[in-house]
Amino acid sequence: MTEGRSRTFYILAAVFALYVLFLYGPTITILVLSFQGPNGGMTFPMNGVSLHWFHNLWAGIGVPNVVGALISSLKLGLVVTLVTVVISVMAGYAFRTKFKGANLLFFAAIASLILPSIVVSLGIALEFQLFNQTITGVGDYLVENYVDIDAPTIWTNFLGNIGILIQDNFQTLMGLFTSGLGAHLTWTLPFGLLIMFAVFNRFNPAYEEAARDLGASSWQTFRHVVLPMILPSLVGVALFGFTLSWDEIARSSQTVGSVNTLPLTLRGLTTTVTTPVIYALGTVTTAVSFAAIGLTIVLMLVVQHRRKRHGSDAGKGTA
Amino acid sequence: MLEMKSRWAPYWQAAPLAIVLLIFFVLPLLVTLAVSFWTYTGYSIEPAMVSDNYASAFDKCLASLPDLCTTFRTYLSTLKFCLIVWLITLVLGFTVAYFLVFEVKSNNMRLILALITTIPFWTSNVIRMISWIPLLGRNGVVNQWLLSVGLISEPLDWLLYSNFSVVLALVHLNTVFMIVPILNSMSRIDKSLVEAAYDTGASGWQTLWNVIIPLSKTGIAIGSIFVITVVMGDFISIGLMGGQQIASAGKVIESQINALQFPIAAANAVVLLAIVLMIIWTLLRFVDIRKEL
Repeated sequence: MTEGRSRTFYILAAVFALYVLFLYGPTITILVLSFQGPNGGMTFPMNGVSLHWFHNLWAGIGVPNVVGALISSLKLGLVVTLVTVVISVMAGYAFRTKFKGANLLFFAAIASLILPSIVVSLGIALEFQLFNQTITGVGDYLVENYVDIDAPTIWTNFLGNIGILIQDNFQTLMGLFTSGLGAHLTWTLPFGLLIMFAVFNRFNPAYEEAARDLGASSWQTFRHVVLPMILPSLVGVALFGFTLSWDEIARSSQTVGSVNTLPLTLRGLTTTVTTPVIYALGTVTTAVSFAAIGLTIVLMLVVQHRRKRHGSDAGKGTA
Repeated sequence: MLEMKSRWAPYWQAAPLAIVLLIFFVLPLLVTLAVSFWTYTGYSIEPAMVSDNYASAFDKCLASLPDLCTTFRTYLSTLKFCLIVWLITLVLGFTVAYFLVFEVKSNNMRLILALITTIPFWTSNVIRMISWIPLLGRNGVVNQWLLSVGLISEPLDWLLYSNFSVVLALVHLNTVFMIVPILNSMSRIDKSLVEAAYDTGASGWQTLWNVIIPLSKTGIAIGSIFVITVVMGDFISIGLMGGQQIASAGKVIESQINALQFPIAAANAVVLLAIVLMIIWTLLRFVDIRKEL
């Protein structure tokens, strides 16, 4: 029997190793190829080793807005991260007690996670188009009815000016930090919520009861008891928030307006760029993802280490 | 006072999530449903109550039966990708999860290996697809190798921008969605149940089929929902890895949006949504998701 099991082990270990190779092999290939020499092509052999394609990338590769897209994606990713953490913690807290509509909200979050991204993306785009049409319509209506009319009053002038203001300035509500942010949140919040569920399911309420018995307000209980305990998990939520937003493409596709995010730009480049510069861009993108993952792991280790060294800070006051 | 406060607390705490989901998820779905009955005038979408959009989505589909119209063929091809990718990710994901839970003995090792399988999930899907190009292209690594060992005399053309590369990329990107939920279900199986099965004389396969698989059912169902819904709505992977030549339900919607045919795109989105919901509903009959958290 033992012999049989160990043979199973070796077979399964081989399958696992092949799977890991399958998982990482291609990415490693383009990491290597991004250091291709100036005359090298899109595939092996390597024609020397250089940073040529990274310089080329930084110079803008003749394609406008690559660096701009990178910066937009970073900014959006940071905002998404912050909003995801705050909203997930609040919602996670809410779900610990029963409230009306809890099931409905839960299923809405799960549905938001699994329904096809193209449908969500199209829906948000259509919604914002209707918002735009409504605002433009109001502007036109105001101008038509209150500008250059007989017997104007202060009130009609005011309405007329609003109408002119809308006609002159209003373009669209759609943008990176309106529809784009919302589209990303429909994707990151369900993950954040699920993590908070897992956290609070294993959370011992005795700590909070003790804090309350000692006279802490709900905010103090949260700030000094619950928050320090769930902090490592929040770092995890932040990791999901940032990396999912950083790589998001399907839901961004119809919702970011005129600004392109990095993944969208990359997708466009696959059909037009035929030099290893696209691998260099891939390497940079992956490096940012890995930096986020590395930072998360380091933060978690630091929190754990500090806990071991300092133990509890009970009795030290709450300055 | 405190009573009152705590009774209302969950409502304001859940409010931000509820508001975001309402504005960016529920409302957009309702708008899509409404617009699927509207008309498009060239620069704006106008309220109407027409079924033209559905008629043009299924143009001549009933009349031409038993021959399949383009729409039916597209959905059939999307379902075919779904089925193939689902089967492969299921077998692969289950095997990997089984290895991690039942064969790796040290907890730390299991954690590290599990992390290794999930890390790519946090990196860019587009990059991970582009990564196949130097491997599968006409002059790519695979073709060079096959030529050099003499297995083929001409480079293979079907490796890249083909059904094959689409399936490969979809498996590559989505197996993690199978591994994680199955791992979650499997690691809760009481090991003594497995030992009891062996002790009462069950073979390895019998134990697998009668003990482990039934107890991993929920994880399998959740993983399946993820993979199937992702593939059903996919337009990025099929577009990129199919060289923009292979049709899918998602790509049809995308190209109609690009052509500014919003109401028809909305009608197609509603049809896609209905199909996906039917699949999810079927799978949910097997499990209770909330038990898994």
